Amino acid sequence: MIELKSVSKWYGSFQVLDDCSTRIEKGEVVVVCGPSGSGKSTLIKTINALEPVQKGEIWVNGTPVHDPKTDLPKLRSHVGMVFQHFELFPHLTVTQNLTIAQVKVLRRSLDEARKRGLKMLERVGLMAHKDKFPGQLSGGQQQRVAIARALSMDPIVMLFDEPTSALDPEMVGEVLDVMVSLANEGMTMMCVTHEMGFARKVASRVIFMDVGGKILEDCTKEDFFGNPDARQPRTKDFLGKILQH
Amino acid sequence: MNLSFDFSFYSWDLVSNFILKGLYFSVMLTLVATLGGIFFGTLLAMMRLSGRKWLIVPATIYVDGMRSIPLVMVILWFFLLVPLLIGAPIGAEASATVTFIAFEAAYFSEIMRAGIQSIPRGQVFAGQALGMTYGQNMRLIVLPQAFRNMLPVLLTQTIILFQDTSLVYAIGAYDMLKGFEVAGKNYGRPIEAFIAAAVVYFVICYSLSWLVKRLHKKIAIIH
Repeated sequence: MIELKSVSKWYGSFQVLDDCSTRIEKGEVVVVCGPSGSGKSTLIKTINALEPVQKGEIWVNGTPVHDPKTDLPKLRSHVGMVFQHFELFPHLTVTQNLTIAQVKVLRRSLDEARKRGLKMLERVGLMAHKDKFPGQLSGGQQQRVAIARALSMDPIVMLFDEPTSALDPEMVGEVLDVMVSLANEGMTMMCVTHEMGFARKVASRVIFMDVGGKILEDCTKEDFFGNPDARQPRTKDFLGKILQH
Repeated sequence: MNLSFDFSFYSWDLVSNFILKGLYFSVMLTLVATLGGIFFGTLLAMMRLSGRKWLIVPATIYVDGMRSIPLVMVILWFFLLVPLLIGAPIGAEASATVTFIAFEAAYFSEIMRAGIQSIPRGQVFAGQALGMTYGQNMRLIVLPQAFRNMLPVLLTQTIILFQDTSLVYAIGAYDMLKGFEVAGKNYGRPIEAFIAAAVVYFVICYSLSWLVKRLHKKIAIIH
C-alpha cells in the first residue's frame, strides 16, 4: 500500500533522510522509533508530501507522491494524519472541525458530514463535547477529536506523528486505547512513537531510525523485541535506555 | 490677548447644511478604504509570503514604496497625474477613494502579514493533510484566525484612517473638516469651527478606541 524507494532529503546541505526504503502492506501497523533528530517525523510527513523529498520514490496506493504532477490535495484527502500538537482548528467547534474538510474537500453534504463526523466522535467517546471549542478540551480529548477528524475522511491509511508526546502522562492511555482499537480493526497505520508498550501490543513491524536519517532496523515486532542479538549495537543501546525504566 | 469664542452660530441647520454631508463622505471613505485596503492588503501579504520571487518582489516594492511616502503627496499626485494619464478629469471624491484604498492596502498588508505569520505552521499542515488546496487552507483555516488575531490592530488602523481622511482637503474634496471650514467661513468664525471639528474628531475616535478595547477582550480565541 505504501512504498518508499531510496528516499533522501536535505535541508540545504544538511541531510535529514538518507536513502530510506520500506513497504507497508494493507492492514499492517508499523511503528517508527528512534532518537530525536533521526528524521522520524520528516519520514512520516513525506508519505503525504507535507515534506517534499529531493530523491527517491514514494508510492501510496499506486499514486506516485514524488511526481510533481500528482494531485496532492486529492491524495491527502484519503491519507489520515494525526499530529503531535493535535492541530485542531481553534476557531471552529469540535463538530465544525470534524465536518469542514468532508464538506469542502470531499464535497459531502453538511448532513452527511455531520452524521459521519459525529459517529467518529462517538467512537472516541467525546459525543458530549461536540459543541465545544478545542481550547475547552484537555490535551487527550483534543487528540481523540483529531483522530476522529482524520477518520471522518474515510482514510485508507492513518499516519500518527508522535501522537502522545505532547500529552500529560495520565492522558496517554486514552489516546493509545483508540489507536489500539483502530489497529485491531485492521486499519493500516504508521506511527512515530516511543510507546513501546503500544508497539509490543499491536505493531506488525518496527522501524528504527538513527541520527542522520538512516533506517537502521526494519523488522517484525517479534524480532525487534525478542531477538536482541540480531540487532545493531546502536539499536540495542537505544532500547536499553528506553526500556530500562 | 483677547480670546473670546462664540459658538452661538451653531444650529441644526448649519450642521445639516454643511457638516453632515462632509461627515458622510469621511465615514464612507473610511469604510470603503478599510474594506478595499484589507482585501488588497491581504492579497499583497499573501504575495509576500508566497515564497515565489516574481510575486514577492513587486509586492515588497509596492508596500515599502507606499509606506515611505506621505499620504498627502499620494493624494495630490493621484489627483493631478491620473487625469493626464487617462485624458479625462476624475472627481476629487473618486480620486480620494481610489488613493485611500491603494495607500491603506500597503499598511493593511503589513498587519495581515503579521497575522498570517502568527498562525503556527502545524495549522497549515493540518489543513493540507485533510486535502485542502492552498486557497481553501488560506480561506478556511489561516485567514479567519489571522483576521481574528489582528482585529484590534486592524480597527486601530481604521481609526487612524478616519483621521487621515481629513487630508483630502489637499484636493478640495468635501469631507467633514471641509464642512466645518466652509461653515466657519460663512459665519466668519473659522477658529470656533476648527475647535468644533477637533472635538468631533476626538469624540468619534476616542469612542472607537474604547470599543476596540472592549471587543478585543470578547473575541480572543481560546487556545
